[in-house]
Amino acid sequence: MSSQPIPLHLPGEEPAEKIGVYVCHCGTNIAATVDVAEVRDWAGQRLEDSGVVVSRDYKFMCSSLGQELIEKDIKDLGLTRVVVAACSPHLHEGTFRGACKRAGLNPYLCELVSIREQVSWVHTDRHAATDKAKAVVSGGVERVVRNTPLEPLRVPIHPATLVVGGGIAGIQAALEIANAGFPVYLVEREPSIGGHMAQFDKTFPTLDCAACILTPRMVEAGGHPNITLLTWSEVVDVKGYVGNFVATIKKKARYVNTELCTGCGICQEKCPKKIVDEVYEAGLGYRKAVYTPFPQAVPKYPVIDVPNCTFFQKGTCRACEKLCPTNAIDFTQKDELLTVEVGNIILATGYDLFDARRIPQYGYGRLANVFTSLEFERLTNAAGPTNGDIVLRDGKTKPQSVAVIHCVGSRDRNYNNYCSAICCMQSVKFAHLVKERTGAQVYNFYIDMRTTAKAYDEFYQRVLEEGTLFVRGRVAEVTDAARLPGEAGKLIIQVEDTLAGKQRRIPVDMVILSAALEPRRDAKQTAHLFGLSCSADGWMIEKHVKLDPVATMTEGIFAAGCVTGPKDIPNTVAQGAAAAARVLGMIQRREIELEPIKASVNQEQCSGCRICNNLCPFNAILFHEDRMVSEINPALCQGCGTCVAACPAGAISGTGFSNEQILSQIDGLLMLNVARQSAAVAA
Amino acid sequence: MSGKPKFAMYWASSCGGCEIAVLNIGEKILDVDANFDVVFWPVAMDAKYKDVEALEDGAITLCLFNGGIRTAENEHLAHLLRRKSKILVSFGSCATEGCVPGLANLSRPQDVIDTAFSTISTDNPQGVRPAFEYAVPEGSIRIPVFQNVVRTLDQVVAVDYYMPGCPPESHQIAAVVELVIKALHGQAELPPKGATIGAGASTCCDECPRQRNVKTIKQFVRIQDVERIDPDLCLLEQGIPCNGPATRSGCGALCPKVSAQCIGCYGPAEGVVDYGARLITAFASVIDSKDPAEIERILDGIPDPAGQFYRFNLAKSLLRAGKPAWAA
Repeated sequence: MSSQPIPLHLPGEEPAEKIGVYVCHCGTNIAATVDVAEVRDWAGQRLEDSGVVVSRDYKFMCSSLGQELIEKDIKDLGLTRVVVAACSPHLHEGTFRGACKRAGLNPYLCELVSIREQVSWVHTDRHAATDKAKAVVSGGVERVVRNTPLEPLRVPIHPATLVVGGGIAGIQAALEIANAGFPVYLVEREPSIGGHMAQFDKTFPTLDCAACILTPRMVEAGGHPNITLLTWSEVVDVKGYVGNFVATIKKKARYVNTELCTGCGICQEKCPKKIVDEVYEAGLGYRKAVYTPFPQAVPKYPVIDVPNCTFFQKGTCRACEKLCPTNAIDFTQKDELLTVEVGNIILATGYDLFDARRIPQYGYGRLANVFTSLEFERLTNAAGPTNGDIVLRDGKTKPQSVAVIHCVGSRDRNYNNYCSAICCMQSVKFAHLVKERTGAQVYNFYIDMRTTAKAYDEFYQRVLEEGTLFVRGRVAEVTDAARLPGEAGKLIIQVEDTLAGKQRRIPVDMVILSAALEPRRDAKQTAHLFGLSCSADGWMIEKHVKLDPVATMTEGIFAAGCVTGPKDIPNTVAQGAAAAARVLGMIQRREIELEPIKASVNQEQCSGCRICNNLCPFNAILFHEDRMVSEINPALCQGCGTCVAACPAGAISGTGFSNEQILSQIDGLLMLNVARQSAAVAA
Repeated sequence: MSGKPKFAMYWASSCGGCEIAVLNIGEKILDVDANFDVVFWPVAMDAKYKDVEALEDGAITLCLFNGGIRTAENEHLAHLLRRKSKILVSFGSCATEGCVPGLANLSRPQDVIDTAFSTISTDNPQGVRPAFEYAVPEGSIRIPVFQNVVRTLDQVVAVDYYMPGCPPESHQIAAVVELVIKALHGQAELPPKGATIGAGASTCCDECPRQRNVKTIKQFVRIQDVERIDPDLCLLEQGIPCNGPATRSGCGALCPKVSAQCIGCYGPAEGVVDYGARLITAFASVIDSKDPAEIERILDGIPDPAGQFYRFNLAKSLLRAGKPAWAA
């Protein structure tokens, strides 16, 4: 009840707990801005009445020696609570809790308060920063008194893994895990695995044929005894928690009996309906209503595209059914829901290409010979619509001059602030391919060249030497309005050449827009489905961008490849393998300890208003219609606190974050504890 | 005077509704008279402050104190009655959480007085303003000083029990009176000190018969602008900003039952520290939009957030710890 005063130890009264306070210098990270010795002395003297019995400082509290200092005090002085004033709990909470545990103290009786991220790094005034550090320590002391010992939950880990997305990241991850001997469900929503990489012709900087290096992996994944390949399928529901997820997967009806189909391709050949292929051919080519996206598709079985199939729309045709030599066409198939149990999940759902129509001044969709990067990939691909001939939109004219525009939709405040990472190298590759196959003059328009990985800059130098002209400047406009002689019938690039310091108009035949990589259009729904968060840009957020780049904030769910941001193929493959290594590590542990920070509903106080029901990102809240109360499944709860904050009745509380703990910490921060004690002394 | 236990009831800054609610307990009032010796109750009988001052400390067994602490006189009586009473009950919303008078904490005291003495309905052609001290030939006359803010009773003196409601429901008062009488005869035990009595432990929703679903709010509407209120569906789900989910149970959901939104007169539910903040996070959590502009538009449906979320609770809210808004 709010009106009850928060208990306070008055002078003369024996405090209930024995608290040790440890103030870290963090080298000079903290000590340069905060007078660490003063904080130590102050805590020892002024917080004595709150139970502080020892107060120390140390150069690096997180070092073995620093930890031993704490362990020794716990044993020698019988400390019952520990407050460490150092960095963010994100970094070293585990370290100091571990030290307490080794010394026989329940690890949850240790509080790590941040005087680095929240004090020394954000202030310059040493005096004020030292005062703030005292307040932060005081808050930690008041809070830790009210901490209770907690025990982690132990749960077994299911050995199977769900990999979502069958691009190169997902394939790599699936193969690593399958080769280690554990089962994998590889889910892909298109008819074939392969992802964007299957659309490319050459890969930078080695100019390897993409298909040649990708398809062996696809075939291996397709035939692997430990991999259950679920293409033309989507995950529709995920329940559970690390070690014990239950995923529901919708297997869309293929209308092809895969038991009978031999992949001979007669159905595709005979199907009378041609449709522009917006996915695999990027709108440049056609496919049939029954189709495999490309010849090397894995699996080899085609699917029938219902909205475009004459039989499904008009009830006649059945050409494929009549002509299939093995009677594999089955129009009666229905979508199936498959439920699988898995211990871990890897999300490798990739990216979408920036829609270049959003930058109208570049003319894509209006000026015929402006192409997107993906369209150009299809143009150069030997298996593509032009059999690899680089030609204009008319399908026959070879370009004499080509412009490649970098950073289209990237590094641009109007669209995406981030760098798409691959466009520089991709554009350099385009320049090389154009030069090699057509001999055309190529102009690349760039802001900065970013060629940071192995052999990248060498490739750039090579293309420079081949005679491609690089113009530094963001293109203002691509237009077909000729003003000068020689511009008629051309596309004119209007650009400020920032190195030469002048405006240029460069007429070309063909323009290639190196479009940004963007989060999948449905990334937010995917995030919600898996209980993850997206950044403001829409990319999934990794647990730590440097130190834990393939983990997410949800235990047991990992992310690999472009789902967390633009990446080139080597990085994507590395992440797929890294995520697999993390999963294998989890599987080998056989069981896992879950943080005991959980929310729970006081059933007496809950009146079933249902405000919390839809808020839980982990679907841990269930509502009992009969008793009209909500309840939280502790195995699903990740302790995020969303429902605790939202509950208007105050009926939900979070372990470790009770009102009493938080209000005491605030009292400590405001130094009300110290003020009360001073007042009591004065009285 | 008889040897019966002594009873007192006082009104500080309040409207008098609490006294009416007490009288409204019907024939139970006779039990009060049979069991208690009423020594001080300004609205019902004549008594002087000096009579109370003359009592021994702790002589009053039960004192129901209603009204907030706005004037120096209120504060004096709070201290006096605390000293004289064994059981001091913070009675009703004003004493417990400041109630509507507490909303004046958003304005300077001078502005409050100016408003009170110059509204369109006030006949005050000379623009007279009260003076806390006034010299007359016989000496100087003082009226109680109007303090800077309204405080709750427990912000001034220690309180034994809280009884919420604006006013507390008569049946709840009757039950509390009965309990105290039983306790005096050793037939019942009083709840622990600091407890809320005469109310439930959950929220208004618990007593509301309306159908509740998973909540999503697409708009807030003022109740007078709703053409037809669904008689069976949760008001909040109809966009009517009903405070029921954060409000303590005890009234029997009187307002929602007749299609009026709960305005929160029974105060925060058990476990709620800051009533307004709770409601704000709760409402914000179920707004069905991710678009900042649309969220703004939805929130515009609550034109008076202070009145909506803190109508009864401002003086008691965590915010009271800060500077009064007018002192910025």
